[in-house]
Amino acid sequence: MISGYLITILITVIIYAMLAHSLNIITGHAGQISLGHAAFFGIGAYTSAMLYTEAGFPFWISVPLAAVVAGMVGALLAIPCLRVRDDFLAITTMGINFVVEAIFLYIPFFGGAMGIGGINLPKWFGREMTKPEYFILILIVFFLLLLLDRQMGRSWIGLAWASIREDDQASEAMGVDVIRFKVLAFILGSAIAGLAGGFYAHFLTFIMPQNFGFGQSIVVLCMVVFGGIGTRWGPIVGAVILGILPEISRPIMEYRILIYGVLLLAMMRFQPGGLLGPESILPKTFRRYVYLLSSSE
Amino acid sequence: MALLEVTALSKEFDGLRALDEVSLTSEEGEILGIIGPNGAGKTTLFNLISGIYPSSGGEISFRGKSILNLKPHQISRLGIGRTFQIVRPFQNLDVETNVLVAFGHRFYPSFWKSIEPFRQPEILKEVKTLVEKTGLLPYTKQVAKNLPLGFKKRLEIARALALRPRLLLLDEPSAGLRFEESAQLMDLIRQVRDQGIGVLLIEHNMHVVMDLCQRIVVLDHGSKIAEGSPEGIRSNSLVIQAYLGKET
Repeated sequence: MISGYLITILITVIIYAMLAHSLNIITGHAGQISLGHAAFFGIGAYTSAMLYTEAGFPFWISVPLAAVVAGMVGALLAIPCLRVRDDFLAITTMGINFVVEAIFLYIPFFGGAMGIGGINLPKWFGREMTKPEYFILILIVFFLLLLLDRQMGRSWIGLAWASIREDDQASEAMGVDVIRFKVLAFILGSAIAGLAGGFYAHFLTFIMPQNFGFGQSIVVLCMVVFGGIGTRWGPIVGAVILGILPEISRPIMEYRILIYGVLLLAMMRFQPGGLLGPESILPKTFRRYVYLLSSSE
Repeated sequence: MALLEVTALSKEFDGLRALDEVSLTSEEGEILGIIGPNGAGKTTLFNLISGIYPSSGGEISFRGKSILNLKPHQISRLGIGRTFQIVRPFQNLDVETNVLVAFGHRFYPSFWKSIEPFRQPEILKEVKTLVEKTGLLPYTKQVAKNLPLGFKKRLEIARALALRPRLLLLDEPSAGLRFEESAQLMDLIRQVRDQGIGVLLIEHNMHVVMDLCQRIVVLDHGSKIAEGSPEGIRSNSLVIQAYLGKET
């Protein structure tokens, strides 16, 4: 039997992986930098928590609704974001994060600094899910999301995102409706972040505004950049490595943000594409290894 | 009916008049040259026609319909393709994928079609034809940023042709190219014209302009100062003044 500690880490990591994946849609695929992604993670967590504790909705309804609400707010907040790009977009999204966190913190309706408690793991077959079962549930959902991501990547929508990421003015001249596809990326990315937030709330059973602050946004961005921005597996690898590191070593936990910052700087300098990026040494070495193996036969 | 009709088009940037009541028409299967000294408003004119800037006055109509208030992506879908003065291919995509982007608008309207894979045999065949025509076939799988400038320019033309345009706006296609590269590009532009596509050509190389264009419009300080055949333009005293200054 897997220990409770291990399963806790596994669930945390997979939720981070889902969150990193959702940011990758906005920042990696469509090329729109976001420094406030934790806001949508929080909107999902709070929506699901409020629906569950206040309105008495079951998990199976509150969590999908969390995704819907986060996606809708994402669409709404995409409007100011469409007017700016690059550095200004970074600042705008950062601002959104602060505003959302402040709303959770200062509006009593959302529980203020005390947060919301009494959220439970989902029930099925008349009993509460065990943690391993919960992990498998998230794993299945995440797997489906990755299938969707693969389909999107090969589709005309994925191609439109790629062209916007490369050069949005040139892609307009190619008939690409830039606004529509940017909004679509924000909706999809925010909705999946909201879904991750719902899973997170029901796992932690207790949420506070601080869980969804600017620091959290940076942690997720680090995972995406570290693993390989724009690649399908990079953000997941990033989430697994950076998610597990603080758990296995106490000092890393204490200096987590510092270490992430140093890592991020080092990546920017030596491996701007991330661990799994197109020009990274890792896939290159792997390919060379495979080549050597196949040619020696 | 002219293919493109620009009437008294003006553009002001914070009080600076970049384009001042410029009128011109362009026909199918004709290469119209647009020349003028630096800062004359040539690229501004292109940016207005392709919808990147809103105009400050005047009218632009394409095939009899006003395109003045349309967005760039709507204008390109109507059949106005363009290239950029400083080349803007999608640098990290390969040649084939660059051209594929321009096919997307046929699929966007339906959600189910837009999540179909973009590599479809019939479309790839069309892409191949375009890539072959622009002489890029050996580089189909090359990433755009690794191509030399001349090929990047051809890639931009291939991409614009993928829109099935009726009008092509070319912004200094021969700038920065060697003589042979430029000559090949001119051949390509002639082929495009012979298909019945109208071409608006901004060009500094007089040899190229005089050789290619049936008609030439000359801009200076945002105004049209002359229009006519290459021979007429060559001997026009206003044009000579704009380029060389006034004789004192």
